[in-house]
Amino acid sequence: MSEDNRHLVFICSKGNLDMAYPALVMGWAALGNGLDVTIFFTFWGLDLIRKDRVDHLEIAPVANTSMKMSMMGVPGNLGIPNLLGVLPGMTAFATALMKKKMDELEVPPVREYLEMLVDGGAKLYACKMTVDMMGLKEEDFIDGVEAIVTASDFIDMTEGAQIIFI
Amino acid sequence: MTTQTITTREIAGKTVHVNEEGFMTDPSEWTREIAVELAKEEGIEELTPEHWKIIEFCRQDAAATGAAPTLRRISKQAGVPTKELFRLFPKGPAKKVAKIAGLGKPQGCV
Repeated sequence: MSEDNRHLVFICSKGNLDMAYPALVMGWAALGNGLDVTIFFTFWGLDLIRKDRVDHLEIAPVANTSMKMSMMGVPGNLGIPNLLGVLPGMTAFATALMKKKMDELEVPPVREYLEMLVDGGAKLYACKMTVDMMGLKEEDFIDGVEAIVTASDFIDMTEGAQIIFI
Repeated sequence: MTTQTITTREIAGKTVHVNEEGFMTDPSEWTREIAVELAKEEGIEELTPEHWKIIEFCRQDAAATGAAPTLRRISKQAGVPTKELFRLFPKGPAKKVAKIAGLGKPQGCV
């Protein structure tokens, strides 16, 4: 990490498929433009770097007021009723739909995106407190995660950086 | 959308059109000598055959699609690993490759 280079830091706290992408897209763009990038995973955000979870992130239609039938080609502003959203298979359906849309745009899956980021020089860290809380170990995480760090470590390593909480 | 200001400048003995960020706006004005000069301005002292492979892919791809390819597209289509792209064009390969190849900034996000 070079001195006086612009440094962008993302804190990923969510494990839903839709909330996985903001840091990946912006982090990748930042690397492409020559910035230093650090991503810190905490709470449900740890799902993004867990070997057993990264390929199984989902998006649920329940209580998601922005997810409209128009994504499925139904015109207008019709939502997916919460009562339907709770039916078995609806989360899998919404997830498959989002993955298909992403694939059409040639957006890589989360695992591949993280590999690209690491190859491009991004530094990935896991939050110690939530790692302990969930009973996880270093070997539970994908390759490329540098370390499990404390909140204090995080504050030290992000001095002068621009921090984006997701 | 902002309108861009286009000016001219001389690179490698040729007058070309550039935008305010220094990207050439007319790919047909580009020459290999210009690429060598632009690379030096971007801190790349020598363009090796590995650099040229990427630059040439970008030129061909942009001619076919109308837009500079994104890093992922370069990596996938030209078969250059991400690590290599960042090694060959350090500190911002997305912008550097497009600039040296005489193309605009890539339009895609990936």
